[in-house]
Amino acid sequence: MSTDPHKTPHAPSVLEFKSSTFSVPVLVLSSDDLVAIEQQLKEKIRLAPEFFKNSPLVLDLQELNKQGYDINVAALTELVRKSGILPIGIRGGNVQQNKQALDLLIPVYSIHSSGVSAETQKQKTITPPPEPVTDSATTTLITHPIRSGQRIYSSGDLIILAQVSAGSEIMAEGNIHVYSTLRGRALAGVQGNTEARIFCSDLQAELISIAGNYKVSEDLDESVRKKPVQIYLQNHTLIIKDIV
Amino acid sequence: MARVIVVTSGKGGVGKTTTSAAIAMGLAKKGHKTAVIDFDVGLRNLDLVMGCERRVVYDFVNVINGEASLNQALIRDKNCNLLYILPASQTRDKDALSQEGVGKILDALKKDFKYIVCDSPAGIEKGAHLAMYFADDAFVVTNPEVSSVRDSDRMLGILASKSRRAERNEEPIKEYLLLSRYSPERVKLGEMLSVDDVQEILSLHLLGVIPESKSVLNASNSGIPIILDEKSDAGQAYADIVARYLGEDKPHRFIDDKKGFFGKLFGGK
Repeated sequence: MSTDPHKTPHAPSVLEFKSSTFSVPVLVLSSDDLVAIEQQLKEKIRLAPEFFKNSPLVLDLQELNKQGYDINVAALTELVRKSGILPIGIRGGNVQQNKQALDLLIPVYSIHSSGVSAETQKQKTITPPPEPVTDSATTTLITHPIRSGQRIYSSGDLIILAQVSAGSEIMAEGNIHVYSTLRGRALAGVQGNTEARIFCSDLQAELISIAGNYKVSEDLDESVRKKPVQIYLQNHTLIIKDIV
Repeated sequence: MARVIVVTSGKGGVGKTTTSAAIAMGLAKKGHKTAVIDFDVGLRNLDLVMGCERRVVYDFVNVINGEASLNQALIRDKNCNLLYILPASQTRDKDALSQEGVGKILDALKKDFKYIVCDSPAGIEKGAHLAMYFADDAFVVTNPEVSSVRDSDRMLGILASKSRRAERNEEPIKEYLLLSRYSPERVKLGEMLSVDDVQEILSLHLLGVIPESKSVLNASNSGIPIILDEKSDAGQAYADIVARYLGEDKPHRFIDDKKGFFGKLFGGK
């Protein structure tokens, strides 16, 4: 029973940081009229009370600031909380609004849209945007066969050193490499990465897809079947080519 | 150390119960104390194939529920006194089995037996899941046709991901392929997948090929495990399989056409 605060090099890790993507509703405001906001918010909630109950929410102030309005983030947060919604972040706010948010322990998110104002540019030095997912994502390496009915998902590249059976499904946000026979379904770039590719040493797949553009087995030309090929996207068309 | 062997396939009617009876008998005949358990609660068959259906008093579910002791439920085989059968209940369904209950019974059997053969029901639901969950080795019985091969592949995926060994990150279950109801003549005619075809799809260690044989049905009907019929092809094939499993080096038989060079030369008998 040691309470030694110094970690020994063999201490097992008790935590791990992982990158994960969530779908959170964003409330885009275009007026600073708190009374109007409250009234319209209530009307929306009445349409789907269960959906909004304790729902997380990000407040988007970009449009509002663009139109020259200013809003008190503390008052807005209180109003939203009263409606049973839990604000978990703001974005598109000015320096003062961001500070108000941080005082309320609400994180500030950046806007990655093309129309970044000079002010938000400046803010980037204060709150660096999260790293692009493709850089932080990890490669998954699998050495055992993927059997019928199994599903594998990689948030980065996926490398498989054994066969992928018919009736299985392998998915990756990045590239897929199969150094054996590919008989199952292979979907690369599942989050929309059109640069993703599929490589395999023996193509007999049931389905191949890159960023949602797919071909089923029946559409595969005999000239590419049972051969080592790479598959990539060109003008929304899947190109299947020998690996030379 | 006792080993738990599951005989499984996914698909029904491929010969799981025939195989369970044969290899359990084979292992016992080789001098290893062996128990064979029928996991097919509600559709019990193993007792018929083993010819002990008239001696069933208590069953697997009785033991799980604490209504009988393991020793009361185990039936000693008439042909080999090292072989015991734990029959399934015919009046219940698979929900009568619990993971905890099965685990306890297997732990108790492991103290006394060298091999415990679990005859899995078809499908991938609760009964099949419990039959394979505690296994150390898996005999995957496959017929040389595409749907059976695919179901076996699915079962291999379940063995690799849902077993206790997988959950505990231990050494995975050792998987062996048993290709049953094989007919070299029909392979030649293109009516059946060949050993190589099946091996290419499953890439699994082949423990043996069991030829299609009329004697299997006769053995089942008379309640004598086929392995005791030493004259039959299928009986010899199972004897080879047991020997290979125990580490003996036996060349594969029954893969090629029965009529060899001399057969062709002098015509069929």
